[in-house]
Amino acid sequence: MATLLNILSSGVFHASILFLVAAGLQLVFGVQKVFNLACGSFYALGAYLGITFVDAFTGAGGPPLLAFIPLLAAGVLLGALGPLVERGLLRFVYQRDESFQLLLTFSVVLMFEDVIRFFWGTYPRSPKGVYLAFGTLQIGGATIPVYNLLVIGASLVIALLMSYVLGKTRFGRIIRATASHSEMAQALGIRSSVVYMKVFTLGTVLGTVGGALVIPTTAAVSEMAVHLIVLAFAVVVIGGLGSMKGAFVGALLVGLLKSVSIAVYPELEMMLIYLIVIGVLVMKPQGLFGGTS
Amino acid sequence: MKGAAWEQGGFHWEGGRPSGRSSPGVLLGIGFLLAAVLWPFVGKEYQVYLSLSFFSYSIALLGLNLLFNYTGLISFGHALFIGIGGYTAAFMTHKYSILSMELIIVVAVVLSGIVAFLTGLICVRYIKIYFAMLTLAFGMLFHSFLMKTYGLTGGDEGMRVTQPKLLGMDLSQMDKMSFFSGPYYFYSLVLFLAAAFLMWRIVHSHFGLSLQAIRDNPDKAEYLGVSIRRYRLYAFVISGCFAGLGGALMAPVTGHMDPAMVFWTHSGDMVFMTLLGGFSNFFGPMLGSLVFIFLRDAVSSFTEYWRFIFGALLAALVILAPGGLMGLLGKAWSSAAGPGSKEQAA
Repeated sequence: MATLLNILSSGVFHASILFLVAAGLQLVFGVQKVFNLACGSFYALGAYLGITFVDAFTGAGGPPLLAFIPLLAAGVLLGALGPLVERGLLRFVYQRDESFQLLLTFSVVLMFEDVIRFFWGTYPRSPKGVYLAFGTLQIGGATIPVYNLLVIGASLVIALLMSYVLGKTRFGRIIRATASHSEMAQALGIRSSVVYMKVFTLGTVLGTVGGALVIPTTAAVSEMAVHLIVLAFAVVVIGGLGSMKGAFVGALLVGLLKSVSIAVYPELEMMLIYLIVIGVLVMKPQGLFGGTS
Repeated sequence: MKGAAWEQGGFHWEGGRPSGRSSPGVLLGIGFLLAAVLWPFVGKEYQVYLSLSFFSYSIALLGLNLLFNYTGLISFGHALFIGIGGYTAAFMTHKYSILSMELIIVVAVVLSGIVAFLTGLICVRYIKIYFAMLTLAFGMLFHSFLMKTYGLTGGDEGMRVTQPKLLGMDLSQMDKMSFFSGPYYFYSLVLFLAAAFLMWRIVHSHFGLSLQAIRDNPDKAEYLGVSIRRYRLYAFVISGCFAGLGGALMAPVTGHMDPAMVFWTHSGDMVFMTLLGGFSNFFGPMLGSLVFIFLRDAVSSFTEYWRFIFGALLAALVILAPGGLMGLLGKAWSSAAGPGSKEQAA
């Protein structure tokens, strides 16, 4: 029972981080139809800047229990990269073949990898003493870190907020209109360039916040971007490209699978996930929650 | 004007490829051959050593571009086949002490072909982003297999590759550098020329033309009796064999194989090289690998941040010059050749 709870809690924790990054990926894919490999770079940048901010915060005497403030600040500030990448690079290739869009986002991955090396070096880093400050909870014999529960809660709040914004607000309607009929939306007076920029920025922030939130629990390493990309890729393929519900279920599935296989049979860990990805692509290429296209 | 007869590339932009029968093409070919033969005698040992990577990547990219340009499918998992070829060399030389390079090549190509056939059966059912995702997933499946089978493949530490025998000759008494810049160089050069010739014949055969017909208009091609999936599968298998050969040739040079060789970013680098040279030209990927390898060496000698510079270069290429270096050269050539040929090039 205790092991089961431990597996469950760590799986759901990973899922909630994965969901944030994957949601950003889905948003951009849904509207711009670009598979943004750079989502992993945003995640890594969020993690590194998060460390810097948290260390500065605690160094200045800020209580570790308020570490969420500098972490979220790091994530949101990095949102400024969104307009930079979208207006500076991505907007030139919307009309091009997918291969070129993919390669362009790959170029962003290469560039940000060195940006991280330049500012933070190549040694693994982690913030000091934040994770432990939150303590643990004893539930049914299992020891669950409070920080993990808070992140799960935060991710759920963001998911609900997103579904409210996308489903119920004017901005959400504009996004959905641009996603499904961009020409018609334009004819009705919506400036798609502005929508694209906002959507990409939102996608960026989801990634950077995901990275910032994960970092008290693990060390930041320079390969974290390229490793997360393939996980986020697995999530969106399983869930269905462009679908928010898909990102949610896909993230839960991948997160839980990862923690179950680590506990039960570590040799299988990633192989199992790729096998499922291939299986889904073969049986239902549009994913579990993708459209009919 | 025959010398400047340009064909339209597969996708919609300026650039194209020079006709192979044109006299500048023949001259360039002879020039390259001369330079390649003389290179070990005039170049620095280290630079000759670097050009070994050029040969093996070029062979692999010939395969990748059969899919990318001629079939219209982008693989983001081709490092898988480099890995199959490379690990074949590692297993045979290091684990079983089979040092015959010819035998290694045969086994590597056959194994790559088998793996390409099995994965291809699934991959070629899809096109565009789904094809790219499937190839990426297969590549990463192999990567995680290598990572987790520590006892068999050395996990993330990888495996050593012992210096092989060439044509049955035991050259182990030679020091490493003179072996690679001497016999192994010419061995690679011959294989590279043979592979390029073979691929040239393939893309200009009935089969190659059918692939291009499928790429440009699948419905029409099917109507004309071309079995789309079967042809795509053949292309995938051939492509995998070439990449496997490239991998087998690469392995002794690096002397070591590890899972990073099959990680998805390595596949991305391969697509990068192809685009850098210009994928809509038969010779583009070769030029791309040449420039990529030597430029990376030059850039990383003065800054450790070569990835940033290469990323910026890739972004600039994608946005400004999707035809790659060959596209740019073609443009320069056609404007030099006069306004008459410009029209054809557009």
